[in-house]
Amino acid sequence: MAKVLVVTSGKGGVGKTTTTAALGAALAQRGDKVVVVDFDVGLRNLDLVMGAERRVVFDLINVVQGVAKLPQALIKDKRLENLWLLPASQTRDKDALTEEGVGKVIADLRSRFDWVICDSPAGIERGASMAMRFADEAVIVTNPEVSSVRDSDRIIGMLDSKTVRAEKGERVEKHILITRYDPSRAARGEMLTIDDILEILATPLLGIIPESQDVLRASNVGTPVTLSNAEGAPARAYIDAARRLCGETVAMQVPAERKGFMDRLLRRRAA
Amino acid sequence: MSMGLLRLLRGNKASSAPVARERLQILLAHERGLRGQPDLLGVLREEILAVVSRHVTLDPTKVIVRLERGDEVSTLEVDIEVPNDFERKKAAVA
Repeated sequence: MAKVLVVTSGKGGVGKTTTTAALGAALAQRGDKVVVVDFDVGLRNLDLVMGAERRVVFDLINVVQGVAKLPQALIKDKRLENLWLLPASQTRDKDALTEEGVGKVIADLRSRFDWVICDSPAGIERGASMAMRFADEAVIVTNPEVSSVRDSDRIIGMLDSKTVRAEKGERVEKHILITRYDPSRAARGEMLTIDDILEILATPLLGIIPESQDVLRASNVGTPVTLSNAEGAPARAYIDAARRLCGETVAMQVPAERKGFMDRLLRRRAA
Repeated sequence: MSMGLLRLLRGNKASSAPVARERLQILLAHERGLRGQPDLLGVLREEILAVVSRHVTLDPTKVIVRLERGDEVSTLEVDIEVPNDFERKKAAVA
Protein backbone atom coordinates (compact mmCIF):
# COMPACT_ATOMS: atom_id res chain seq x y z
CA MET A 1 0.00 0.00 0.00
CA ALA A 2 1.65 3.23 -1.17
CA LYS A 3 2.12 6.08 1.23
CA VAL A 4 2.24 9.76 0.35
CA LEU A 5 4.48 11.66 2.75
CA VAL A 6 4.87 15.44 2.72
CA VAL A 7 8.02 17.05 4.12
CA THR A 8 6.96 20.52 5.19
CA SER A 9 7.75 23.32 7.66
CA GLY A 10 6.30 26.71 6.78
CA LYS A 11 9.64 28.37 7.44
CA GLY A 12 12.40 28.24 4.84
CA GLY A 13 15.93 27.01 5.34
CA VAL A 14 15.14 24.53 8.09
CA GLY A 15 16.15 21.45 6.08
CA LYS A 16 13.13 20.20 4.11
CA THR A 17 15.06 19.33 0.96
CA THR A 18 17.93 17.73 2.87
CA THR A 19 15.37 15.71 4.82
CA THR A 20 13.46 14.65 1.70
CA ALA A 21 16.67 13.40 0.07
CA ALA A 22 17.95 11.69 3.22
CA LEU A 23 14.68 9.95 4.12
CA GLY A 24 14.10 9.00 0.48
CA ALA A 25 17.52 7.38 0.24
CA ALA A 26 17.18 5.67 3.63
CA LEU A 27 13.79 4.19 2.71
CA ALA A 28 15.08 3.08 -0.71
CA GLN A 29 18.05 1.39 0.96
CA ARG A 30 15.63 -0.67 3.00
CA GLY A 31 14.28 -2.04 -0.28
CA ASP A 32 11.16 0.11 -0.67
CA LYS A 33 10.49 1.74 -4.01
CA VAL A 34 10.66 5.49 -3.44
CA VAL A 35 10.03 8.64 -5.47
CA VAL A 36 10.94 12.10 -4.18
CA VAL A 37 8.86 14.89 -5.73
CA ASP A 38 9.95 18.53 -5.77
CA PHE A 39 6.99 20.91 -5.32
CA ASP A 40 9.12 24.05 -5.18
CA VAL A 41 8.11 25.28 -8.62
CA GLY A 42 10.38 28.07 -9.82
CA LEU A 43 12.98 27.42 -7.13
CA ARG A 44 13.75 23.74 -7.53
CA ASN A 45 16.66 22.35 -5.55
CA LEU A 46 15.93 18.72 -4.83
CA ASP A 47 17.61 17.81 -8.15
CA LEU A 48 20.78 19.56 -6.97
CA VAL A 49 20.80 17.96 -3.52
CA MET A 50 20.21 14.57 -5.17
CA GLY A 51 23.01 15.19 -7.70
CA ALA A 52 20.67 14.88 -10.70
CA GLU A 53 20.62 18.51 -11.86
CA ARG A 54 22.10 17.70 -15.27
CA ARG A 55 19.66 14.93 -16.01
CA VAL A 56 16.42 16.92 -15.80
CA VAL A 57 14.49 16.83 -19.08
CA PHE A 58 10.83 16.98 -18.10
CA ASP A 59 9.31 18.07 -14.80
CA LEU A 60 6.22 17.90 -12.59
CA ILE A 61 4.48 20.76 -14.43
CA ASN A 62 5.06 19.06 -17.80
CA VAL A 63 3.38 15.94 -16.41
CA VAL A 64 0.55 17.91 -14.74
CA GLN A 65 -0.16 19.65 -18.06
CA GLY A 66 0.13 16.48 -20.11
CA VAL A 67 3.18 17.67 -22.08
CA ALA A 68 5.17 14.66 -20.92
CA LYS A 69 4.23 11.22 -19.64
CA LEU A 70 5.17 10.39 -16.06
CA PRO A 71 7.88 7.79 -16.94
CA GLN A 72 9.58 10.38 -19.18
CA ALA A 73 9.92 12.83 -16.28
CA LEU A 74 11.08 10.36 -13.62
CA ILE A 75 14.84 10.34 -13.06
CA LYS A 76 16.36 7.14 -11.72
CA ASP A 77 19.00 7.57 -9.02
CA LYS A 78 22.48 6.44 -10.08
CA ARG A 79 23.36 5.00 -6.66
CA LEU A 80 20.18 3.33 -5.51
CA GLU A 81 18.11 0.95 -7.62
CA ASN A 82 14.82 1.86 -5.91
CA LEU A 83 15.09 5.63 -5.78
CA TRP A 84 13.55 8.06 -8.29
CA LEU A 85 13.18 11.82 -8.58
CA LEU A 86 10.38 13.89 -10.09
CA PRO A 87 11.85 17.40 -10.42
CA ALA A 88 10.01 20.70 -10.24
CA SER A 89 9.93 23.18 -13.07
CA GLN A 90 12.47 25.98 -12.87
CA THR A 91 10.83 28.27 -15.40
CA ARG A 92 7.11 28.03 -14.71
CA ASP A 93 5.31 29.47 -11.71
CA LYS A 94 3.37 27.68 -9.00
CA ASP A 95 -0.03 28.63 -10.46
CA ALA A 96 0.57 25.88 -13.01
CA LEU A 97 -0.07 23.37 -10.21
CA THR A 98 -3.78 22.66 -10.51
CA GLU A 99 -5.38 20.51 -7.86
CA GLU A 100 -6.86 18.17 -10.45
CA GLY A 101 -3.54 17.80 -12.27
CA VAL A 102 -1.52 17.19 -9.11
CA GLY A 103 -4.14 14.70 -7.89
CA LYS A 104 -3.77 12.67 -11.08
CA VAL A 105 0.03 12.63 -10.88
CA ILE A 106 -0.05 11.57 -7.21
CA ALA A 107 -2.54 8.79 -7.99
CA ASP A 108 -0.29 7.57 -10.79
CA LEU A 109 2.78 7.68 -8.51
CA ARG A 110 0.89 5.73 -5.83
CA SER A 111 0.42 2.86 -8.27
CA ARG A 112 4.15 2.73 -9.07
CA PHE A 113 5.89 3.33 -5.74
CA ASP A 114 5.80 2.35 -2.04
CA TRP A 115 6.63 5.89 -0.92
CA VAL A 116 5.81 9.19 -2.59
CA ILE A 117 7.75 11.87 -0.71
CA CYS A 118 6.68 15.42 -1.51
CA ASP A 119 9.24 18.15 -0.79
CA SER A 120 7.17 21.23 0.05
CA PRO A 121 8.29 24.77 -0.68
CA ALA A 122 8.47 27.20 2.24
CA GLY A 123 5.45 29.38 2.95
CA ILE A 124 1.75 28.60 3.01
CA GLU A 125 0.93 29.46 -0.58
CA ARG A 126 -0.19 27.27 -3.46
CA GLY A 127 3.00 25.20 -3.78
CA ALA A 128 2.95 24.29 -0.10
CA SER A 129 -0.77 23.55 -0.02
CA MET A 130 -0.51 21.36 -3.15
CA ALA A 131 2.44 19.44 -1.67
CA MET A 132 0.39 18.52 1.43
CA ARG A 133 -3.02 18.22 -0.27
CA PHE A 134 -2.93 14.46 -0.93
CA ALA A 135 -0.63 13.40 1.93
CA ASP A 136 -1.26 10.42 4.21
CA GLU A 137 1.58 11.38 6.53
CA ALA A 138 3.59 14.51 7.21
CA VAL A 139 7.08 15.19 8.48
CA ILE A 140 7.19 18.69 9.95
CA VAL A 141 10.80 19.85 9.92
CA THR A 142 11.43 22.17 12.87
CA ASN A 143 14.50 23.99 14.17
CA PRO A 144 14.76 24.65 17.92
CA GLU A 145 14.01 28.31 17.42
CA VAL A 146 10.87 30.43 18.01
CA SER A 147 10.03 31.41 14.42
CA SER A 148 10.39 27.85 13.17
CA VAL A 149 8.17 26.46 15.95
CA ARG A 150 5.52 29.09 15.30
CA ASP A 151 5.47 28.29 11.58
CA SER A 152 5.32 24.56 12.32
CA ASP A 153 2.25 25.19 14.45
CA ARG A 154 0.62 27.01 11.56
CA ILE A 155 1.46 24.17 9.16
CA ILE A 156 0.03 21.61 11.62
CA GLY A 157 -3.19 23.64 11.53
CA MET A 158 -3.23 23.43 7.73
CA LEU A 159 -2.54 19.68 7.75
CA ASP A 160 -5.55 19.27 10.05
CA SER A 161 -7.90 21.31 7.86
CA LYS A 162 -6.74 21.78 4.28
CA THR A 163 -5.78 18.25 3.21
CA VAL A 164 -8.01 15.76 1.38
CA ARG A 165 -7.78 13.46 4.40
CA ALA A 166 -8.84 16.22 6.81
CA GLU A 167 -11.79 17.12 4.60
CA LYS A 168 -12.92 13.49 4.64
CA GLY A 169 -12.75 13.50 8.44
CA GLU A 170 -9.59 11.39 8.48
CA ARG A 171 -6.23 12.23 9.98
CA VAL A 172 -2.91 12.99 8.36
CA GLU A 173 -0.36 11.24 10.55
CA LYS A 174 2.07 13.92 11.68
CA HIS A 175 5.66 13.66 12.90
CA ILE A 176 8.04 16.32 14.14
CA LEU A 177 11.62 16.09 12.91
CA ILE A 178 13.94 18.42 14.79
CA THR A 179 16.91 19.46 12.68
CA ARG A 180 20.00 21.57 13.30
CA TYR A 181 19.95 20.57 16.94
CA ASP A 182 23.03 21.85 18.75
CA PRO A 183 23.54 19.92 21.99
CA SER A 184 26.06 22.36 23.47
CA ARG A 185 23.74 25.32 22.97
CA ALA A 186 20.84 23.30 24.37
CA ALA A 187 22.93 22.48 27.44
CA ARG A 188 23.62 26.18 27.97
CA GLY A 189 19.91 26.94 27.88
CA GLU A 190 20.20 28.99 24.71
CA MET A 191 17.95 26.80 22.61
CA LEU A 192 14.41 25.52 23.04
CA THR A 193 14.62 22.00 24.41
CA ILE A 194 13.17 18.95 22.66
CA ASP A 195 10.56 18.69 25.41
CA ASP A 196 9.58 22.35 24.98
CA ILE A 197 9.03 21.88 21.25
CA LEU A 198 7.05 18.66 21.59
CA GLU A 199 4.91 20.10 24.36
CA ILE A 200 4.12 23.24 22.39
CA LEU A 201 3.39 21.44 19.11
CA ALA A 202 1.70 18.42 20.77
CA THR A 203 2.91 16.14 18.00
CA PRO A 204 5.06 12.99 18.28
CA LEU A 205 8.77 13.08 17.54
CA LEU A 206 10.24 11.25 14.55
CA GLY A 207 13.89 12.06 15.17
CA ILE A 208 16.51 14.61 16.12
CA ILE A 209 19.12 15.54 13.52
CA PRO A 210 22.20 17.17 15.03
CA GLU A 211 23.77 20.26 13.45
CA SER A 212 26.67 18.87 11.45
CA GLN A 213 29.18 19.64 8.71
CA ASP A 214 28.10 16.36 7.11
CA VAL A 215 24.86 17.94 5.90
CA LEU A 216 26.55 20.80 4.06
CA ARG A 217 29.18 18.46 2.66
CA ALA A 218 26.47 16.12 1.35
CA SER A 219 24.62 18.88 -0.49
CA ASN A 220 27.92 20.22 -1.86
CA VAL A 221 28.56 16.94 -3.63
CA GLY A 222 24.92 16.19 -4.45
CA THR A 223 24.50 13.05 -2.38
CA PRO A 224 21.83 12.40 0.27
CA VAL A 225 23.53 12.62 3.66
CA THR A 226 22.53 9.05 4.48
CA LEU A 227 24.71 7.88 1.57
CA SER A 228 27.61 10.35 1.69
CA ASN A 229 28.62 9.53 5.27
CA ALA A 230 26.41 6.70 6.46
CA GLU A 231 28.31 6.42 9.75
CA GLY A 232 27.94 10.09 10.66
CA ALA A 233 25.53 11.30 13.34
CA PRO A 234 23.01 12.96 10.97
CA ALA A 235 22.92 9.92 8.67
CA ARG A 236 22.29 7.58 11.58
CA ALA A 237 19.56 9.86 12.89
CA TYR A 238 17.86 9.93 9.45
CA ILE A 239 18.16 6.15 9.06
CA ASP A 240 16.51 5.70 12.48
CA ALA A 241 13.77 8.16 11.47
CA ALA A 242 13.14 6.15 8.29
CA ARG A 243 12.84 2.97 10.36
CA ARG A 244 10.28 4.67 12.61
CA LEU A 245 8.29 5.73 9.53
CA CYS A 246 8.14 2.04 8.62
CA GLY A 247 6.62 1.28 12.01
CA GLU A 248 9.74 -0.02 13.76
CA THR A 249 10.37 0.90 17.37
CA VAL A 250 13.80 2.49 17.58
CA ALA A 251 15.16 4.08 20.76
CA MET A 252 15.46 7.87 20.37
CA GLN A 253 19.04 9.14 20.40
CA VAL A 254 19.31 12.65 21.78
CA PRO A 255 22.54 14.09 20.35
CA ALA A 256 24.98 14.59 23.22
CA GLU A 257 27.42 17.40 23.69
CA ARG A 258 30.67 16.55 21.99
CA LYS A 259 33.42 17.14 24.50
CA GLY A 260 36.68 18.60 23.37
CA PHE A 261 40.02 17.10 24.19
CA MET A 262 40.57 19.37 27.20
CA ASP A 263 37.12 18.60 28.64
CA ARG A 264 37.78 14.91 28.45
CA LEU A 265 41.20 15.26 30.00
CA LEU A 266 39.85 17.34 32.86
CA ARG A 267 36.93 15.03 33.43
CA ARG A 268 39.21 11.97 33.53
CA ARG A 269 41.45 13.69 36.05
CA ALA A 270 38.51 14.65 38.18
CA ALA A 271 37.02 11.16 38.18
CA MET B 1 32.95 38.48 22.05
CA SER B 2 33.37 40.90 24.93
CA MET B 3 29.80 40.22 26.02
CA GLY B 4 30.48 36.51 26.05
CA LEU B 5 33.66 37.04 28.03
CA LEU B 6 31.84 39.25 30.49
CA ARG B 7 29.14 36.68 31.01
CA LEU B 8 31.76 33.99 31.49
CA LEU B 9 33.54 36.06 34.13
CA ARG B 10 30.34 36.83 35.95
CA GLY B 11 29.31 33.20 35.69
CA ASN B 12 25.89 34.47 34.68
CA LYS B 13 24.28 31.87 32.48
CA ALA B 14 21.24 33.86 31.43
CA SER B 15 19.40 31.10 29.62
CA SER B 16 16.97 32.47 27.10
CA ALA B 17 15.22 29.21 26.24
CA PRO B 18 12.57 29.49 29.01
CA VAL B 19 11.69 32.97 27.74
CA ALA B 20 11.32 31.57 24.23
CA ARG B 21 9.04 28.81 25.48
CA GLU B 22 6.81 31.18 27.40
CA ARG B 23 6.49 33.68 24.56
CA LEU B 24 5.63 30.90 22.13
CA GLN B 25 3.02 29.38 24.41
CA ILE B 26 1.20 32.70 24.82
CA LEU B 27 1.41 33.60 21.14
CA LEU B 28 0.27 30.21 19.87
CA ALA B 29 -2.65 30.03 22.30
CA HIS B 30 -3.83 33.30 20.77
CA GLU B 31 -3.18 32.30 17.14
CA ARG B 32 -4.86 28.92 17.49
CA GLY B 33 -7.98 30.68 18.76
CA LEU B 34 -8.15 32.84 15.65
CA ARG B 35 -7.61 29.96 13.25
CA GLY B 36 -10.56 28.84 11.18
CA GLN B 37 -12.59 31.92 12.04
CA PRO B 38 -13.77 34.09 9.18
CA ASP B 39 -11.91 37.35 8.74
CA LEU B 40 -13.86 39.38 11.34
CA LEU B 41 -12.69 42.81 10.19
CA GLY B 42 -13.39 41.99 6.56
CA VAL B 43 -16.95 40.91 7.37
CA LEU B 44 -17.56 43.97 9.57
CA ARG B 45 -16.27 46.30 6.89
CA GLU B 46 -18.52 44.79 4.21
CA GLU B 47 -21.64 44.95 6.38
CA ILE B 48 -21.02 48.49 7.67
CA LEU B 49 -20.40 49.61 4.11
CA ALA B 50 -23.67 48.03 2.97
CA VAL B 51 -25.73 49.70 5.72
CA VAL B 52 -24.23 53.17 5.30
CA SER B 53 -24.37 53.16 1.52
CA ARG B 54 -28.11 52.55 1.72
CA HIS B 55 -28.36 56.18 2.85
CA VAL B 56 -25.18 57.88 1.71
CA THR B 57 -23.18 57.56 -1.49
CA LEU B 58 -19.75 56.41 -0.44
CA ASP B 59 -16.41 55.65 -1.92
CA PRO B 60 -15.86 52.05 -0.74
CA THR B 61 -12.11 52.62 -0.51
CA LYS B 62 -12.68 55.40 2.06
CA VAL B 63 -14.11 53.06 4.69
CA ILE B 64 -11.51 51.98 7.23
CA VAL B 65 -12.27 49.50 10.00
CA ARG B 66 -9.59 49.04 12.62
CA LEU B 67 -9.48 46.87 15.71
CA GLU B 68 -7.07 47.82 18.46
CA ARG B 69 -6.39 45.18 21.09
CA GLY B 70 -5.77 46.32 24.63
CA ASP B 71 -5.18 44.41 27.83
CA GLU B 72 -8.57 45.21 29.36
CA VAL B 73 -10.69 46.29 26.41
CA SER B 74 -10.31 46.48 22.68
CA THR B 75 -11.60 49.32 20.54
CA LEU B 76 -13.24 49.07 17.17
CA GLU B 77 -12.63 52.17 15.10
CA VAL B 78 -14.72 52.83 12.01
CA ASP B 79 -13.58 55.67 9.83
CA ILE B 80 -15.93 56.56 6.98
CA GLU B 81 -15.23 59.48 4.73
CA VAL B 82 -18.44 61.11 3.53
CA PRO B 83 -18.20 63.36 0.46
CA ASN B 84 -18.84 67.06 1.19
CA ASP B 85 -21.49 67.50 -1.45
CA PHE B 86 -23.64 64.90 0.35
CA GLU B 87 -25.94 67.53 1.96
CA ARG B 88 -26.33 69.41 -1.31
CA LYS B 89 -27.16 66.24 -3.20
CA LYS B 90 -29.77 65.40 -0.56
CA ALA B 91 -31.30 68.86 -0.91
CA ALA B 92 -31.40 68.54 -4.69
CA VAL B 93 -33.25 65.24 -4.47
CA ALA B 94 -35.78 66.67 -2.00
